[in-house]
Amino acid sequence: MKLKKKIPVIDQGDSLGFWGGKFGGNFVPETLKKPIEDLEVLFNKLKKNKKFIAERDKYFQNWVGAPTRFIKLENLTNYIGGAQIWSKVVSDANGGAHKIYNATVHCLLAKRSGKKIICGDTGAGYAGKMLSMAAKKFGLKCKIFMGAKDIARQQPNVKAMKKNGAEVIPVYSGSQTLVDAVSECMRFWVANCDTTAMCVGSTVGPAVFVRICGWSTSQISRELKVQLIKEFGSIPKKLKLYNCVGGGSSSFGFWNEFMDYDKKQVEFIGVEAGGPAKSKKHAAPLTYGSKIGILHGAAQYVNQNSDGQIEETESISAGLDYPGISPLHCFLRDSKRARYTAASDEEALSAYKLVTKLEDLRPSLEPSHAFFVALKEAKKLSKNTVVVINSCGDAYKDRGILEQRLGKKYVKSN
Amino acid sequence: MLNPISAAFKKAKAENRPALLTYTVAGDSSKKQSLDILKSISKNADILEVGVPHNTPVADGSQIQTSAYRAIKKGIKIDDIFRIVRDFKKFDKNKPIILMGYYNMIFQYGEKNFLNKCKTSGVNGLIVVDLPWPENKDFAKKCKKKSVYFIQLLSPTTTNKRLKKIIQNSHPMNYFISMLSTTGGKLKVSPREILKNYNRIKKINPKKEIVIGFGITDKTIGKLKSADGLVVGSAICKEITRSLNSRQNPVTNVGKLVRKLKNKIK
Repeated sequence: MKLKKKIPVIDQGDSLGFWGGKFGGNFVPETLKKPIEDLEVLFNKLKKNKKFIAERDKYFQNWVGAPTRFIKLENLTNYIGGAQIWSKVVSDANGGAHKIYNATVHCLLAKRSGKKIICGDTGAGYAGKMLSMAAKKFGLKCKIFMGAKDIARQQPNVKAMKKNGAEVIPVYSGSQTLVDAVSECMRFWVANCDTTAMCVGSTVGPAVFVRICGWSTSQISRELKVQLIKEFGSIPKKLKLYNCVGGGSSSFGFWNEFMDYDKKQVEFIGVEAGGPAKSKKHAAPLTYGSKIGILHGAAQYVNQNSDGQIEETESISAGLDYPGISPLHCFLRDSKRARYTAASDEEALSAYKLVTKLEDLRPSLEPSHAFFVALKEAKKLSKNTVVVINSCGDAYKDRGILEQRLGKKYVKSN
Repeated sequence: MLNPISAAFKKAKAENRPALLTYTVAGDSSKKQSLDILKSISKNADILEVGVPHNTPVADGSQIQTSAYRAIKKGIKIDDIFRIVRDFKKFDKNKPIILMGYYNMIFQYGEKNFLNKCKTSGVNGLIVVDLPWPENKDFAKKCKKKSVYFIQLLSPTTTNKRLKKIIQNSHPMNYFISMLSTTGGKLKVSPREILKNYNRIKKINPKKEIVIGFGITDKTIGKLKSADGLVVGSAICKEITRSLNSRQNPVTNVGKLVRKLKNKIK
């Protein structure tokens, strides 16, 4: 399996939407074939349209807030005593996470297609919160599907969605987390695709949703490339980009612009959610060797039993708590462009504690997984190595969990 | 030999009525009970659809989901489902059975193994909800080699151009989804509108049997009598749930419901 150079990865799929001949595709009910095809035609046309791109950039700049900061974490660098440690603070973006890029683009597409309602899924609540913000901004009615377990553990984001006028629909089936929210959202779309647009919250789902999301979050690496050149004069000789991976939207966006660099120069490290140290359950299909299966319309590595039933996952971070992973990451793994590993709940918490103690930065539990691995590896790396961690979410939404696990002193009042 | 599915349509036509197709989930609410239900309805149903329960069904409404989760919780496996089919065929060997499910289960079992098992246990047709045309071309060919009908789904959103291509490549039976809905939704379009769409599809190739499903209950089935066949699924699953909740016997209750359905289309 090989990546092609000079062709965006999102466009490297075959005519049926498979990357590397086997990841992705469109395993969807017949009813969705037409709306998906319509969306594909629209997206393929608009992504080449200069006016549309200018419109996207205008909203990214003036509303999302581009660029987000690229900062050196001096105290951590000194404390670790190895590589230089930097962070791309994507949580600066309006709403506090990278999900705003995909939500904005989906709303722009929905407007162009004449749809008045947009529905979406959410795990940590960020995808839902951002979709509710974008829907409000663009005058669309918004319905968000969210697992009942996630509603309980991510209240700040639920409140934000409701404040933005979105209807939050609790999902009680299965494990009551993201996987069930995505299923329920797809079912809703099956029944309402004539009036409603769907936004899949990550680089998962039928191929066109994977592509739209990847195209949207790539804003992160576009900004980073400019910032790196400004800071170092050129792309550093040894650059390592660490990112947490659940569905895989922030990591794909963080890496996309650097695809064509040799991996010896620019290495990609994806960190999956290993779950509680003592539990066998996890949300790390790439790290723990899950088999290829079909989930939510796409072939991917996915946690499942021998019969093909999707297995329940477990992770402290709702945003990574998903049994599958983007077909794009399956492709990057099997073509050996990116490397994947996992951090446990406890390891993510320890990284959160260290980062917040030494720096004025408060990564949510999702990027805390990436921080753990990056800090562990940075120790052994030379001073001229530049380690960048995507701090793709803010811990405000996690304060309930943090207070419970670490005590009050780790939770700021705002 | 004529596939029992085609034979069932022939028989219904001779009696001047649509074929009655039922859908129940294998293993709901236990392996034995789901087999007993099949036996109790086989007198009145022409074709039995047996659901292969999956835990992330993207096209099923709440009633079928409830049945599927109940069956999975009881530990049903694919091999159990083939056993249920085999045991049923010992009871009524000519009654056609169609398995309906999601592709991942077939993919994990292996297409070849799955079809071999279909053959040996007596499965006559397959409906794979999330394997649309043209993605299903290869698998449909493999089905044909084993004399298993691969049943194509058609929807109100399927364009005319696409309808023609699908039907041209299809096996003798196809399934028209009555409306934009998951299974078990309330019928939100009039039976007249559904039949108008049905006739549009039927015209493309009148020789293909087209059944209508989604949203059909004992209240609506009588108004769709002119179709080749009608599928009732969620209403039956709902009856199983109701029976269990009120501590009644689902086997006799579902048997009664299917008899009632049959009387409405006679």
